[in-house]
Amino acid sequence: MSLKQKSRLPQILMLLGVLSLGAVFLFPLWQITLDAAQFPGGLKMHIWINKISGSEKNIIQNINILNHYIGMQYIEPDSIPELKYFPLVAYSMMAIGLISLVLNKAWAYLSWFIIIAILGALGIYDFYLWLYDYGHNLDPKAPIKVPGMTYMPPLLGEKDLLNFYVTSYPHLGSGFLGLSTLLSFAAFWVKRKS
Amino acid sequence: MKTHYLNYVAGLSLIFLMASCGNQGSETSQVLGGSAAEQAYVAPGEYDEFYAFMSGGYSGQITAYGLPSGRLLKEIPVFSKYPENGYGYSEETKAMFNTSYGEVPWDDSHHIELSQTDGEFDGRWLFVNGNNTPRIARVDLTTFETVEILEIPDVAGLHCAPFITENSEYLVSGTRFSVPIPQKDVPIDTYKKNFKGLINYVSVDPEHGHMELAFQIEMPGFNYDLARNGKGKSHGWSFLTTYNSEQEHSLLEVNASQKDKDLMAVINWKKAEQYMKEGKFTERETSYFHNLMNEETSIAESEEKTLTKILDPKECPDMVYFIPVPKSPHGCDVDPTGEYIVGNGKLSADMSVYSFDKIMKAIEEKNFDGEFDGIPIISYEAALDGIVKKPGLGPLHTEFDGRGNAYTTFFISSEVVKWDVASKEILDRQSTFYSPGHLVIPGGETKKPDGKYLVAMNKITKDRYLPTGPELAHSAQLFDISGDKMKLILDFPTKGEPHYAQAIAADKIQPNSVKFYDIENNKHPYATLGESKTRVERDGDEVHVYMTAIRSHLAPDNIEGFKVGDKVYFHLTNLEQDWDVPHGFAIQGATNAELLVMPGQTRTLLWEPKRPGVFAFYCTDFCSALHQEMSGYARVSPKGSNVPLKWGLNEKLRENEQAAHDFYEKAKQNANIGK
Repeated sequence: MSLKQKSRLPQILMLLGVLSLGAVFLFPLWQITLDAAQFPGGLKMHIWINKISGSEKNIIQNINILNHYIGMQYIEPDSIPELKYFPLVAYSMMAIGLISLVLNKAWAYLSWFIIIAILGALGIYDFYLWLYDYGHNLDPKAPIKVPGMTYMPPLLGEKDLLNFYVTSYPHLGSGFLGLSTLLSFAAFWVKRKS
Repeated sequence: MKTHYLNYVAGLSLIFLMASCGNQGSETSQVLGGSAAEQAYVAPGEYDEFYAFMSGGYSGQITAYGLPSGRLLKEIPVFSKYPENGYGYSEETKAMFNTSYGEVPWDDSHHIELSQTDGEFDGRWLFVNGNNTPRIARVDLTTFETVEILEIPDVAGLHCAPFITENSEYLVSGTRFSVPIPQKDVPIDTYKKNFKGLINYVSVDPEHGHMELAFQIEMPGFNYDLARNGKGKSHGWSFLTTYNSEQEHSLLEVNASQKDKDLMAVINWKKAEQYMKEGKFTERETSYFHNLMNEETSIAESEEKTLTKILDPKECPDMVYFIPVPKSPHGCDVDPTGEYIVGNGKLSADMSVYSFDKIMKAIEEKNFDGEFDGIPIISYEAALDGIVKKPGLGPLHTEFDGRGNAYTTFFISSEVVKWDVASKEILDRQSTFYSPGHLVIPGGETKKPDGKYLVAMNKITKDRYLPTGPELAHSAQLFDISGDKMKLILDFPTKGEPHYAQAIAADKIQPNSVKFYDIENNKHPYATLGESKTRVERDGDEVHVYMTAIRSHLAPDNIEGFKVGDKVYFHLTNLEQDWDVPHGFAIQGATNAELLVMPGQTRTLLWEPKRPGVFAFYCTDFCSALHQEMSGYARVSPKGSNVPLKWGLNEKLRENEQAAHDFYEKAKQNANIGK
């Protein structure tokens, strides 16, 4: 009885891992908050696996209007290819996760864990590149030019950018992504122990 | 200060000597202690507890104040054109001023009535009367904008309006001056024979708030002054004071003040509804205008109406009664229970309080003292509940605190008096500075008053503030009425001449306040939904500029090809979708006004260039750091010149829409090259 239960545990853990990964469609991965005196409550931008939203419906337009004064490029979700193929990657990983669950082999869980961990790290690196590009690739004809100033928001942390105090932290979606990674590793661990 | 004040008191000493209760209260300097200042203090960044909406009197507008701070929040333009934001000047709002007399750019706004549900304020709409050109306006309290104005036909001086019923079924509106009905050319001294007064019942659509003149009751030629509707048990009845039951037409100050008692009209409007259903009305041809803001296009549309339905009390028994009221009553106020009706005889030494139950009993028992023009006059004694003895001089208006107390303003003795409605005992009196007209307690005329504050609105200012030449702001005094004694805690100047005001808990309005107009719902026929759609079109000598505004530029900002004699319509769409980012538009040589366009909105200014040259236009609202750069040029060529119509924004001027589209597509590609 107890042995049988134990043999099911890796599959349950892996299933939870796959479901956690699915939660990236329900919650944003990252939140960047711009705080300034004239914006009570701050402007909150949410980066999802498949879209960009915010604390208000027109957040992107309103941030773009502010950014154009310092020559930052317009944020146009339609022209960010990652928002289109990242969801496909996530769906694929969910499918592979389910296959590993059917196989119920330690190597399968381990492989999935390694792939998702690498993908997660690559995702964060890609995000960093976008932030770097937005912050450094400025229009030379910008109305406001501050010598030596670039506007890259922090990847993780807080920073003063002109009149804005910018806060950038992972949101719930990243939490679930991390949880998914841990669960797959746990599935591998328990399976190997058994 | 003190000397001036005493001089003033001395100046009115004759009147004050007549007052047996000439208690002039305490000097203000003594009243305003530290704790009083704290009570009216709303710290920076904090909100007031109540909105107070004050009419503007001869300004024709409404002002919204915060209570208890007395801070002015907004002036809402209603009956007067308002060049400050283009209300009445923009093509979209011109129609609001249409009347059967043509465009009337001004009025005299008196009485604020907030919409009610079950006898309580619901925070949806605000109604206010225009006195001179009889009209009623509706303000939407989600946007604080005037969205509807209905003219009332065949009345003169719509003072007795627009008093609301407990579920906003009707706005009861009586004529102040009686006139020949229908209007005709007759000698003035045929008043008694030819002059009549109409009491109008304007229905309010419960979903959209749209007003409609449901019916008119043709009454004897008195002056109908003020009204209130019953509530609770007296719901379905209206009470209207009258003066000049002498039916005089000249030197009214003497001739209309002769009788010991005038008459209060008591109307059973449920009965009137029944007669309407039975078809007991007559129709009369007339002319009046109904102006309504179309919610989708945000353009005011006018409709002339030509028929009214009239009920005659002689043909409709049990619908209208009179009750005698001592000497030229002014206010007529119903307490929160609906049982007590206070008649404020402004020339009387006492105040009469009537009982609704007793009125009903007198009607049932036909306890009448004759009739006037076929309308039964209920016996004064039979209807009377009691008399408030010698409360002061010149009682005008009464409001209630929901704890069984009434508060009445006294114009001549310049005070507010608190008295017990049931026992008629006087509990407190406080001076006001000077000569109050109306007073307001938040919800003070509803079933559930919020009896925390009272504002007295005064008619005379004299030395209250630093002088500003002969013309002074009217003063208002805020009292804390939560204790046994009223306590003066704030004194503040107001705009125009506030007559009545109503105040409502902020939480009934604040959550519904619109931050900006959703551009996706902008159905204005001349809206430009995106910079790539900006263009200029000519149709004969009419030129339409489809212009957009977004921080910090107008598009297009260079336009050529206008000609002297053109009618140029600038249709400006504000593309912003954020809170508090209006853009303005002003152009040199415009003989009308400017535009102030809210985010997501489209507004149109007509410009008729008079001479050749290049004229600047610019945004008038300091919208952003580069607001000063938000400007452009319009080139005007002589009449008959062949300069082509061209426009652009930071580009070679173009002549057609496809070019504009290509330009923006290219700009977009350029923007993406860096990625």
